[in-house]
Parts: sequence; C-alpha cells; structure tokens
Amino acid sequence: MEVNDRDPVTGRETTGHEWNGIKELDTPVPRGVLMFLIVTHIWAIAWWFFVPTWPLGTTYTKGLLGVDQRTTVEERVVEGQQERSIWMTRLESEPYDAILADEALMQTVRGTGRQLFGDNCAACHGRDGRGRAGYPDLTDDDWLWGGGPELIEQTLRYGINTAHPDTRIAQMPAFGRDGMLERDQVRSVAAYVYSLSNPDYSTEVNLDRIEAGREVFATTCAACHGENAEGNREVGAPNLTDARWVYGGDLQTIIASVHGGRQGHMPTWDERMTDAEIRTLSLYVHDFGTGQP
Amino acid sequence: MIRQLTSSERQFAAAILLLAAGVGLAMAATGRHDPLGVHGVIVLLFSGTLLYPVLTGFYEPEPKEDREASYYDDPIKVGIVLTMAWAVFGMFMGVWVAAQLAWPDLAFDAAWSTFGRLRPTHTSGVIFGFGGNALIATSFHVVQRTSRARLAGQFSPWFVLFGFNLFCVLAVSGYLLGVTQSKEYAEAEWYADIWLVIVWVTYFVLFLRTIARRREPHIYVANWYFMAFIVVVAILHIVNNLAVPVSWGHAKSYTIWPGVQDAMVQWWYGHNAVAFFLTAGFLGMLYYYLPVRAQRPIFSYRLSILSFWGITFFYMWAGSHHLHYTALPHWVQTLGMTFSVMLLVPSWASAGNALLTLNGAWHRVRDDATLRFMMAAAVFYGLSTFEGSFMAIRPVNALSHYTDWTVGHVHAGALGWVALITFGSLYTLVPTLWNRERMYSARLVEVHFWLAIAGTLIYVFAMWNSGIIQGLMWRTYTEDGALAYSFVDSLVAMYPYYIARAFGGFLFLIGAVVCCYNIWMTVRSVPLAKRRERDVPAAVAVPGE
Repeated sequence: MEVNDRDPVTGRETTGHEWNGIKELDTPVPRGVLMFLIVTHIWAIAWWFFVPTWPLGTTYTKGLLGVDQRTTVEERVVEGQQERSIWMTRLESEPYDAILADEALMQTVRGTGRQLFGDNCAACHGRDGRGRAGYPDLTDDDWLWGGGPELIEQTLRYGINTAHPDTRIAQMPAFGRDGMLERDQVRSVAAYVYSLSNPDYSTEVNLDRIEAGREVFATTCAACHGENAEGNREVGAPNLTDARWVYGGDLQTIIASVHGGRQGHMPTWDERMTDAEIRTLSLYVHDFGTGQP
Repeated sequence: MIRQLTSSERQFAAAILLLAAGVGLAMAATGRHDPLGVHGVIVLLFSGTLLYPVLTGFYEPEPKEDREASYYDDPIKVGIVLTMAWAVFGMFMGVWVAAQLAWPDLAFDAAWSTFGRLRPTHTSGVIFGFGGNALIATSFHVVQRTSRARLAGQFSPWFVLFGFNLFCVLAVSGYLLGVTQSKEYAEAEWYADIWLVIVWVTYFVLFLRTIARRREPHIYVANWYFMAFIVVVAILHIVNNLAVPVSWGHAKSYTIWPGVQDAMVQWWYGHNAVAFFLTAGFLGMLYYYLPVRAQRPIFSYRLSILSFWGITFFYMWAGSHHLHYTALPHWVQTLGMTFSVMLLVPSWASAGNALLTLNGAWHRVRDDATLRFMMAAAVFYGLSTFEGSFMAIRPVNALSHYTDWTVGHVHAGALGWVALITFGSLYTLVPTLWNRERMYSARLVEVHFWLAIAGTLIYVFAMWNSGIIQGLMWRTYTEDGALAYSFVDSLVAMYPYYIARAFGGFLFLIGAVVCCYNIWMTVRSVPLAKRRERDVPAAVAVPGE
C-alpha cells in the first residue's frame, strides 16, 4: 500500500492523487455536517407526515393535519368577509346622510377609502387627490359635476365620456381647429377668459382685445359656461373665473383649450367595483374637500 | 488562431460558416416581415465576420509543431475577453434598469428602452453572456490542466465559444425588438433555442472526449461539476423550451406545456438554472482556482463527494418553491419546500469545504485580494444558500414572495457568489494564460475587491429592507379588516431603496471596468514570466491512441 503525503498544517493524509498541483485531504466528513443532515431530514419527514406531500397515482398523501391550501384560503376569505361585513353592509345600504353623521363609520371610510383610492384613482388624480394637468383636483370645492356623495357616485359609476349608456358627457368643442372661430377670435376670447381670473391683465394695451373677447364669449361660450363664466354643473362646464384649472390657466393653455377643445375621460367603475366600494370612494372623495355639495 | 488549424479543418470551418450564413439568409428571406428577418441578417453578418479570418488565413502554411504537445489556450483567451465585454454590457444594463425603477423617465419614451425589454437584456447579459462565457473559458482551462490533455478538438472549441455568443446576441437583440417567450431566464425564441441545443451538445461531446483522453487515473472534482453543469443545462433547456413556432417565418412560438404544468416546468428549469448553471459550474471554478491560489490541498475529499451528490440530487426537486400559494397543488409545494431545506446541508458543506481549505493560508487571504475574492465568494455562497432554503419555507415565502427580498437574494448569489468567484478565478487565470509574471496592478485588484464588496452589500441591504417593508405593507390590515396600504404607498416607500440599489450596482459596474483595464494592461505591458514550470500536457503516447 502506498504511503500518501501528509499535510504539515493539518497533519492529515492526502488521498494520494494530484491534479496540476492540487491535492485533496482525506478528512472525514465532520460530525456536525452529519448531525445537520439528520436534523434537516427529520424536519422534512415530519412535514411529509402532517401535510399533503407524495403523489400516489391519481391522488396524494393527505397528511395528518388534513390541511389543503385551497380550503385554507377559502376559509380565510370567508372570515375576512365576515369581519368586514359589519360596516360593509351599512356602507352598502344606508343613506349617505346617515353615514356622514356617524363619525365612527366615517373613520372606517377614511381608512378603507385611502387604500381603494390609492389602488384605483391615484394613478391619475394623485395619491393626495390633488390631480395634475388634465386631471382635476378633488380636494378643493371646485366641482365640475357637483361634490355631494350622490353626484360623485354618479361620476364614479358611469364615468365621463365613456361607452356606458348612462355616462356623463362633456365636450368642449375645438373652436379653432374646426373653424368655428377665427384665429383672432380664439386669441381674443382666451384673453378675455384669462382676464377674469387675472385682473392685472386688463391694462390699456389689452383692453380692446379683451372687449372683443367678451363679445365672442357671449355668443359662443356662455351657453355652457354661463353668462358670467361661472360654469354649469349640468354639463360639467368649469367655472372660468377662479384660479382653479383642470388643464392650466396660463394664456397659452387657454388658447390651446379653445383652439383644440377638451374631451376629458373618466372611466366607468360600474362593473369593476362592488357597490360598497363605489359608495366608500364617493364618501372618501366627498370628504376630501370641506364637504360641500 | 486560423494558423493552428490544418487545411481540412479550415475547409470544415469555412463550410460550417457558409452553412450558417445560408441559414441566416433563409431566415432573413422567410422572416422579412417579422423580427425573425432582423435575426436572419444578424446571423448572416455574424457568420460573414467570422468567415473573413478563415478565408484570409486559408492558404497560410499548416501548423508544423505537434499540437498535442501543448494546451489549447487561444479559445480561452478569446473567451475571457468576451466574458469581460458581456460583464460590462450586462452590468450597465442592470444599473440602467435599476435607475429606471427610481426615475422612470430614463426609459426616454421609446419602446425598445422600456423596463420590460431592458430587464431581460440585463439578466441574459450577465447570466449567459458574462457567466456563460466565464464557464466555457474556465472549463476549457481546468479540464485540460486537471486531465493533462489537450482539448479533444481543434475547431469545436471555437464552434462552442462563438456559437454560444451568437445565441447570446440573438437573445439580447431579440428582447430589444420585443421578441420573447415570456419565460424568465428562457426568453429567447425557438430558433435561438434550437441553435443553443446544437452548440451545447457539441460542448458536451468536446468535454467528455477531453475527459476521456485524460492522463490522470481519477477525474478531479471540478470536472464533476462542469459535467453536471453541461449535461443538466442541456436537459433543462430542451424540456423547458419545447414549443411550436407560429410558422417558419415568425419569431413567435407557443410552448407545448399547458397552464400550471408550464409554470412547474418553467420553475423546474429556472431553479435548476440557478443550481447547475450558477452553482455547479462555478463550484467547478472554485474547486480549481481556490486551491491553486491558496496553495493548499482541498480540505476533504469525502465532503466533496457528499456535497456534489447532495446538490445534484436535492436541487432537482426544489423548483416548486417558486410557486408557493399558487394554483400548483399543495403536495408539490411541500415537496419543493422540504427538499429545499435538506439541500442546505450539501450547500453549506461545499462552502465549508472551500473555507476550510484556506486553513493554513489565511495570511494569503489577508494579503492577496485575488484569493480574498474567492474567500468572499464562498461566504456569500453560504449566506445565499441559507437564505434560499429559508425563503423556500412556505410561511416565510408568504412574506418574501413577489417582493424585492427575492431580488436581493438573487443578487447576493449573483454578485456575491457568481461574480466574485469569477473575478477571483480570472485574476488567477489571466497571468498564467498569457504567461505573465503577475497582474498589471495588485492595487487595482484591491480596489476592485472593495468596490465589489461595497456594491454587493449596499445592493443586498437595500433590497432586504425594501423587500421586507413591501411584504409587510401588502399584508397589513386596518382594525376594520381592510388593507391598510395601497400598492402605490409601497412604491413610495421603495423609492430611497431603489436609489441605493442603483448606486450599489453602479459601484459593482465600476469594479468590472477596473478589472477590464487591469486585464488589458496585464496583457499589454507586464513582462513575460521567466521560465515557469512546464505547462504542457502529459507527453506519454498511450499505446493504441
């Protein structure tokens, strides 16, 4: 029997082979490794006894605990529904006034609504509901269609400019592009609208243009936006006299709005959410502002 | 490189390249209304480019020396260059997609640069481009040295190397064009997959034939791992990619696996790609370069046997832990979970065997950043295999699944284990292969080491934090039993971690660039080594051969 090398550091023998200078020691497998091997195997085998594990043709070992992930999840869904049903049924059926008067229930609305709003509305309106260009701010009291929970519910349920038969419809025509107004008229009416919320703009220099714009407004725009330009919630026409704008209140953007028109889109949530969810969100959004109708 | 081939081998090479060019032309013609046509052009250009040196060197004098008297190192050198090129590309893509998660505008409003298309260029770029080339190059080196035999082919090593890189190019360019099978880590479409099978079988035959010519009585451990890597990857790749193309002129195909069986096959593939590509192959690397650099014998041959067979056996069962709490039957999940936990012992045995091999060489670990790369790799290997087994336990997975924790776990393995062992091996291999005294700058190796360690730690810690926060936010309920957070809330919470992650990845990328420079300067300006030990195959002609 050949005598193998002995490693001076560990005092172990090598296996007697060498590959390109590499040798291997003949160290036995440490006891700890074997113990660890046994422990993990016992752990694994215990699981096999208790839960479904091994296939047996068309069935499988069911395990002593009799658990199955499908029944587990079904049970937990039912449990969750029961836990929520206490307030869910109230939100589903009670009139809005009653819910608004119940501060405890409104706390639930704020908690649940926050998550619903984040997952469904925040992509456009922002997590805080403040909107951005093209998407209205929901936290002020400047409502296009009205800020009472019933009116918000209608907007939410059927949407604006959607394919739903009960959709709200709001069309700001493209006055410039479609040739209803001359280029100069577009500029004048925009200047007039701009001056409504920016009194500083009504200087000597601009006065003629603003006056010309006022005339155009009276014949062309007042039908929807009202004679005093304060808007009309029946048709979703915004108030043009305040500092709140959906698309932007600078002169250039106003010119763009008059020229190219605006057809905003709010999706319908009728089939996508439960009644309780739609009503929770209506209350939640209503609650954003100062709660005015 | 063409000078080393005989004229019949040159004819064969030219014939293969002409055939490939013809296939490319046919693809370009039949797929002219489809991304397949673009890929046809790429195949044509790729073969044409390689044909150029073959034809210009066609009438050079034939090699006179006995080729069997030296190792075949040219393909390894090219393989190392390709490894580093892919490393920089793949890691850059990683940093880019990481930055996109923090700053989405970095997609620049183009289709090709959206997250969904760039992300697989990162994963395929680093796993197949960087990892695959590193494995091919080092396996060619290790199998020759430990068998004391030259590679059993003159043309086939080039075929394997360039063929594999063609696959990588087709895969990555396809993602940018929107071509994908939507199978994670197996995104490349049917024609690229068929090509990879041809390349891989050639690789397997080449490797086995080289082993068969060995002049050593026993096959060294590193070669067990390389063989396991090659053979299992072939099986995984073929089974998972069984698909029916829409037509010969379309890139699109449909998998033959239905529903949940498709998911199971995919994750049997996915997890064993981790096991046999990213673990077994790189353990082969570790088993050669670590003892060589440490100048120490392997701690325990018996432990090597235990861990090799443990890893090979247990990993095969573990894939279903990727599908906990899904439509996959409960019993399959239990099997995956329990085998994943049993797998921990052979995994740790490997890591322990590597670290205990360093006994008697710890002063070298302290002084030599190259050896420290490999030591750190073994530590990260141990950490991430523990984490993997832990995350495979169903209740733990309920928290970790679908979160950044998984991403952190993958990178603890990919950066900490796969990349570090590769860099350590390359710093050992490059001076040997080019016959230089040493690397150009030991200081730059040191710089690379700390960049890599810092990058990995920042990355992994950021993802642990963000993953656990995500997981907890998704399952937090209010007193009323409703979810407390929206998904967007969890994204807002991720933001600082996404920045940290991109920064960690950036450090790692800079380290790889430093490595490229160091290798380049080593080859260019470090003086040749004075007479080394004879590094040639065993000269004995075995009777009958």
